Amino acid sequence: MIQVENLTKTFDQFTAVNDITFQVDAGEIFAFLGPNGAGKTTTIKMLTTLLRPTTGRIHLDGFDPWVRQREARQRFGIVFQDPSLDNEQTAYENMELHGILYHVPHRVRAERIEQLLKMFELWERRNDYVKTFSGGMKRRLEIARGFLHTPKILFLDEPTLGLDPQSRNQLWNHVKALNELEKTTVFLTTHYMDEADRVAHRIAIMDHGAIVAVGTSAELKAKTQTDSLEGAFLALTGTSLRDESASSTDNLRRFAQMWQKR
Amino acid sequence: MGAIYIMWLRELKRYFRSKAQIIVSLGQPTLYLLALGFGFGPVFAKAGAGNYIQFIAPGVIGMTVLFSSIFSGMAMLWDRQFGFLKETLVAPVPRLNIILGRTLGGATVAMLQGLLMLVVCLIAGFRPTHAHAPGAAASYNWAALPAAAIFVALIAIVFAALGASIGSTIKDMQGFQMLMNFLVLPLFFLSGALYPLKNLDTAMTWITHADPLAYGIDGLRGVLIGNWQFSFTWQFNFLLDFGLLAVLAAVFLGTSAWLFSRIQI
Repeated sequence: MIQVENLTKTFDQFTAVNDITFQVDAGEIFAFLGPNGAGKTTTIKMLTTLLRPTTGRIHLDGFDPWVRQREARQRFGIVFQDPSLDNEQTAYENMELHGILYHVPHRVRAERIEQLLKMFELWERRNDYVKTFSGGMKRRLEIARGFLHTPKILFLDEPTLGLDPQSRNQLWNHVKALNELEKTTVFLTTHYMDEADRVAHRIAIMDHGAIVAVGTSAELKAKTQTDSLEGAFLALTGTSLRDESASSTDNLRRFAQMWQKR
Repeated sequence: MGAIYIMWLRELKRYFRSKAQIIVSLGQPTLYLLALGFGFGPVFAKAGAGNYIQFIAPGVIGMTVLFSSIFSGMAMLWDRQFGFLKETLVAPVPRLNIILGRTLGGATVAMLQGLLMLVVCLIAGFRPTHAHAPGAAASYNWAALPAAAIFVALIAIVFAALGASIGSTIKDMQGFQMLMNFLVLPLFFLSGALYPLKNLDTAMTWITHADPLAYGIDGLRGVLIGNWQFSFTWQFNFLLDFGLLAVLAAVFLGTSAWLFSRIQI
């Protein structure tokens, strides 16, 4: 379903993603694990047409996302690391907007929005503005929205960041259920080993822009002779800390939050 | 089509939902109208230039439309921050449709704001007038309003598209403030909204003639108060104003679409 060959992305001098090759089969849940700055998000951005690769080839359900952009985009849904909802519209309006952008026919749209909002326990709050939602509710809404156009692939970039254990647990239950029900291929990144261990069929570990190991959780543990995925992860990526500098986006976001509190 | 409509609708919803914002954004032009209008009125009359409220009203209407439209485009900066921009960037529709919907939505909102400002001007004593001969009695000319709406629409589209071009380019708040000081305010102050462009020295003439808003204000003022009252209404002429703004609207729309289509995150 996803085929990546020799994918590389360089920013000026810095190589964020260095010659990675992997494949994700249809219906599979595939996890990308890696320390901060390993290149996970950059990879997702290239897969989802937000960033042009420096070199390498990508195929999503047979389509090169840079050549057949619209066909590729129609086939995937994405939940970004940070929210991408419209706070000034209601939950239902956010779903409706997504449905229209993704050409979901009118009648199917209403049915599917109801089904997904009920499943993610947001139906009662459908007419409330998203700005009144908690972090967990926003996440659920984003994931529900990601499934709205019945994508073949769903990308989840650290979807559980900042959520409490209850929300995380529930979220993965829904994702797994939909993966089984609709055969959606799921590509996720996360920092939480236990999640990857529990949800993913196969795991790729990424560090310094390269994939250092791919396999099932059991295979990775066997390979590194450790008894937990966390142990395997540390064995493969080392124990040194990774520092990321704050981008202008982070700074502006802070400013924007101050501004909003006026 | 669906994408254009839904993005347009989003702008309108935002507008109607922030009623406080509607009033607040009329505050500044109203202050200009009243403080400058009545403040400079006596001097203006003494210089033999007629009623300053009549003169400045089209200027503050243009000002309202300018600010509203250019900021609607720059609001993309907030969408970038709060993430909604990405939702539209990965959607399986041409980005041209996204930006077109946004821009037309912003322009529609600016037009509504301009209309409200016209009402404020009418309350303050402004009347669209018309007379055929200099010195002849002025008659009210309500028929001028549709023609004025055309110029309001053109100003709105030109600057919403310019704002969208800028919004597609700048990424942080510093850039925004810089543009406010070095672009939006000069556009307004050099447009002839507050003073006639006639009899300026050469440098000022060149600068003011390079300001696209000058043509919008000129058209607006020309149709609203005719050519009898001041020797300096219609600095340019209807066709030039209309044609230039229409061309600029097309150019800026094209530019914004191109810049928006190139956004990578």
